[in-house]
Amino acid sequence: MAAVAPAWTFIALFLPFLAALPAPVLTSRFGHRAAWLVAIAPALSFLHFCRFLGEISRGEVVTGGYAWAPSLNLSFSWFIDGLSLTFALLITGIGTLIVIYSGGYMKGHPHLGRFLSFILLFMGAMLGLVLSDSFLMLFVYWELTSIASFLLIGFDHEREAARRAALQALVVTGAGGLSLLAGLVFLWNVTGVTQLSLLVHLGDALRMSPFYLPALFLVLGGAFTKSAQFPFHFWLPNAMEAPTPVSAYLHSATMVKAGVYLLMRLNPVMGGTPAWEILLPFFGGVTLIAGTLIGIRQTDLKLMLAYTTMASLGLLIMLTGFGSPHAIEAAVLYLVAHSLFKGALFMVAGAIDHGTGTRELPLLGGLRRAMPITFAAALLAACSMAGLPFFAGFLAKEEIYAALAAGNPRAVFFTIAALAGNALMVAIALAIGLKPFIGERKDTPHTPHEAPLALWLGPVVLAALGLVSGIAAPLLHTYVSSPMASAIIDEPTVVTITTIPHFGLPLVLSVLTVALGVLVYWQLDRARSLMAQMLEGLGPGPDRWFDHLVTGLVRLAFGLTRIIQPGRLEIYITVTFILVALTLLVPLFAFGELPDMPAWPSGLLVQEAAFFVIAALGIIAVLRAADRLTAIVSLGIQGFAVAVIFLLFGAPDLSFTQFMVETLSVVILTLVMTRLRLSVSDHRPVSQIVLDTTIAVACGLGFALLLLKAVGRPFDPFMTEFFNAYSKVIAHGANVVNVIIVDFRGTDTLGEIAVVMVTGLAVLALIKLRAGRSPQ
Amino acid sequence: MNTLILRTVAPVITALMLLFSVFVLLRGHNEPGGGFIGGLIAASALAIFGIAHGPGAVQRAIRFHPMAIAGTGLCLATVSGLASLFAGVPFMSGLWIYPDILGVEVPLSTVMSFDIGVYLVVVGAITAIALALETETEDDAGTGEGSR
Repeated sequence: MAAVAPAWTFIALFLPFLAALPAPVLTSRFGHRAAWLVAIAPALSFLHFCRFLGEISRGEVVTGGYAWAPSLNLSFSWFIDGLSLTFALLITGIGTLIVIYSGGYMKGHPHLGRFLSFILLFMGAMLGLVLSDSFLMLFVYWELTSIASFLLIGFDHEREAARRAALQALVVTGAGGLSLLAGLVFLWNVTGVTQLSLLVHLGDALRMSPFYLPALFLVLGGAFTKSAQFPFHFWLPNAMEAPTPVSAYLHSATMVKAGVYLLMRLNPVMGGTPAWEILLPFFGGVTLIAGTLIGIRQTDLKLMLAYTTMASLGLLIMLTGFGSPHAIEAAVLYLVAHSLFKGALFMVAGAIDHGTGTRELPLLGGLRRAMPITFAAALLAACSMAGLPFFAGFLAKEEIYAALAAGNPRAVFFTIAALAGNALMVAIALAIGLKPFIGERKDTPHTPHEAPLALWLGPVVLAALGLVSGIAAPLLHTYVSSPMASAIIDEPTVVTITTIPHFGLPLVLSVLTVALGVLVYWQLDRARSLMAQMLEGLGPGPDRWFDHLVTGLVRLAFGLTRIIQPGRLEIYITVTFILVALTLLVPLFAFGELPDMPAWPSGLLVQEAAFFVIAALGIIAVLRAADRLTAIVSLGIQGFAVAVIFLLFGAPDLSFTQFMVETLSVVILTLVMTRLRLSVSDHRPVSQIVLDTTIAVACGLGFALLLLKAVGRPFDPFMTEFFNAYSKVIAHGANVVNVIIVDFRGTDTLGEIAVVMVTGLAVLALIKLRAGRSPQ
Repeated sequence: MNTLILRTVAPVITALMLLFSVFVLLRGHNEPGGGFIGGLIAASALAIFGIAHGPGAVQRAIRFHPMAIAGTGLCLATVSGLASLFAGVPFMSGLWIYPDILGVEVPLSTVMSFDIGVYLVVVGAITAIALALETETEDDAGTGEGSR
C-alpha cells in the first residue's frame, strides 16, 4: 500500500470538528435526517484510518505532523501504531453509527443540532487524544474530552440531576487531568522527551529514576479518574443522566477507555515494576468486583450497563497491570470485544426505552414479537458479553483465563476475582439481552413497536461484528490484536487464540463462569435483594462524599471571603497601612540598614525655618482639631508649608503641583466627608485611637527612615548631567522636569494618564452604585 | 459656602484660573509648568465654580461630560505618540514643525499635543469625581432637610 499523505491524516483528524460546525444548520434544514449527512464525516475518517491497516499489520509505525511553535519545540504531530490505530478505528467506526443512532433517538428534539455538534466535538477530541504524539496535545485533547463529556451529560440542562452529574464528571475527570499534566511534566523532566513515539522506546530510563513513583501516582490519578476506577468510579453511573447515545459512545466504548489507553501506552516505559504490578491489578480487581456486585442490584437497564462498564474497565486495568504478555493480549481482545458488545447493548437499551417508554427491567417482558430486530441484536451482543463460543467475548475470556491461571500463586487471587466478575457479567448480560424479550408480555407506558432503521442499524452492526470477529479470529489478530499487543509490550507479538474450544484449565473456568452466571440469572431477584441489603449495610459511598466535599469547599470559600473581604473600608485601610509599615520597617531593622542620625542643618535661613515650623504647627492643629472640617483644613496648611519648602529649595514644578494637589485634596475630602454623612467630630474609643496612632506613627517613621537612608547615600549625578546636557539639544525644552515627563519618559506618562482616567471611571462607578442603592 | 461674595467673584476667579492654566500648560516646556500642573489648576478652577454655583452650572459651562474630555485627552496623547510611527522613528519620539504664523515662527510639536492630552485627562478625571461628589451631596442635603 502506498504511503498515505500526511495532509490527509491532518484532515481526517479535524473532520469531526469541521462537521460539528454546520450540524445545527443542517438539522434546522433537514430535521433528524441531517444525522445521516453529518455521519459522512466520521465515516470518511474511518475509511482513511483503514488505509493504515496494512502498514501497521506489518509492524511499522507511522508518525507525521507539522511544526507548531518551533521556538518552544512544540509540534502538532501524530503517532499511529497498533494501539492508537485500533482506538482510532473504534472511535470513528462506532462514532459513525452513534451519529446515525442519535438522529433516530433524538428525533424531534429541539436541540438535536446542538447535540450532534457536541458528539462530533467529543469525537474529534477523542481521536486527537489517541493519535497525539506530543504530551501537550495529549493533555489538551484529554481535557477537551472532559469538557465535551460535561456538555453532553448536562445536555438536558433543565434537570438538576443532569447538571449535578455533569459537574461531578467535570470535577473528577478535570482534577484527574491536572494530575496527568503534572505526571507528564515529570516524564518530560526525567526523560527529556516530549513525544510518545520517542518515549516508548526509552527502556529502563524512567523505571530507574528516583521520580518514578511520583510520576506513576500522578499518571494513575489521571487514568483512574478517567476510567472510573474505584474509588473515583461514582461519576460514571451518574453520567447515565446523559441521553443514551452519549452513554453508549462516551461512557462505554471510548472516553472511559482513555485511561486504559494511557496505561497501555506507558506500559513499555512504566510497566513491569512492583508498584505497577500491585497497584493496577489491585484497584482494577476491586473495581471489577464492586462494579458487578452493584450492577446486579440495579433494575434500570442503563445503570446495570453502567456498572458492568465500570467492572469491565477494572478488568482491563487489572490485565494491563498484570504484567505478562498473555494478560496484555487478553486486555486487547477484551477491549475490542467490550467496545462492540457494550456499545450495542447501550443502543439496545435506548431502543427499548424508545419503543416501550421504560428502561425498568421488572416492567419489561415478552418484547420478542414486537421488536424482533432489536432482540436479535441484543441476543448477539449479550452472547459476546457472556463469552459464549464463536463470539469475540469468548476469545477474550479464554485469553484472560489462560493469562491468569498461568501459574504463580498471586494469580489465584486474580483468577478468583475474574471468575466472580465474569460470572456476574454473564448474569447481567442475560438479564439485559434476554429477559426483556422473553416470557409474558407486560404492560409498558407505550405499546411496544420495533425501532426505526436508524435505531437498530448501530446495535445490529456492532453485535454482528462481535460474531464475525470471533469466527474470523485470525483476520482480527492479523490486523488488530497482534499489532496492538505488540505496541503495548513493545515487542513483536502474535495472538493465536481461536474460537475452537481446546481442552484445558481456561475452558473449565469458562464453563464454570457461564454456569455460575446462569445460576445467578435464575435467582436474579434474590441476588438483587441480597445485594441491596449488603450495600445499605455499607453506608454512604463516594457519591455522598463528593457532595460533602463540594458543600465543604463552598462553605470554606464563604468563610474565607468573609474574613479577607469583610466589606468594611476601615479594615481594608488598617490592613493596608499595617502592611505598609511592616514593609518599610522590617527590612530596615532585619538587615541593619538603619540610617545614621542626620547632622543638624547649618546655615538654615529664618524664612526656611519658619515654614518648617508652620508645617509642624499644621500637624499639631490636625491632632487638636475639634471637628473634622478643621482637621482637613489644617492638613492643608501643612501641605502648603511643604509646597513652599519645595519652592525655597529650587523645585518650582514640584511646588506648583503640591499646591494644586493640596487645594483639590481639601475640596474633595470635604465633599467626601459630607457625602459619607460622618458625624462632625471624631468619636473613636480610646483603644481604637491608640491602635490608629500606632499604625500612623509606624508608617511615618518607616517613610522617614527610608528617606533618610536614601539621601544618606552619595548622590549619583549621572542622570542629572545627562538630562541637563541633552534636554535642550535633542528635546528642544529648557524645563528638564517637563521634558522628562512628556518626552524622555513619555511612555510612562501615557500609562499614568491612562491610570488617572481609569481611576476616575472607577470612582464615578462607585459613587453611582451607592446612589442607586440608597433608598429615595 | 453659598455666600454672596463667593457667588459673585467665583466666575471671575474661575475665568482667570482657566486662562492661567492654559498659560502654564503652554509655557511648560521651557519654564516651570506643563500639562499636569495646568490640568490641576483648571480642575481647581472648576471646583471653585462648582462650590459657588452648583455642579449643574459647571456641567452647563463645560458642555461635555468631564469623562468625555478625559477620554479625548487620552486619545490625543496616544495619537501624538503614534504619529512618530509615520515618520519612521520609534513610538513617542517628538516631532517638531516651525510654521510661520503672522510673521512669527511658532514651534509646534507632538510633544506639545501630548502635553495637551495630559492636561485634558487631568481636568476631565478630577472634575468628574468632584462633580459626582457634589451632585450626591446636594441630593443628600435636600433629603436631609426634608426629613428634619
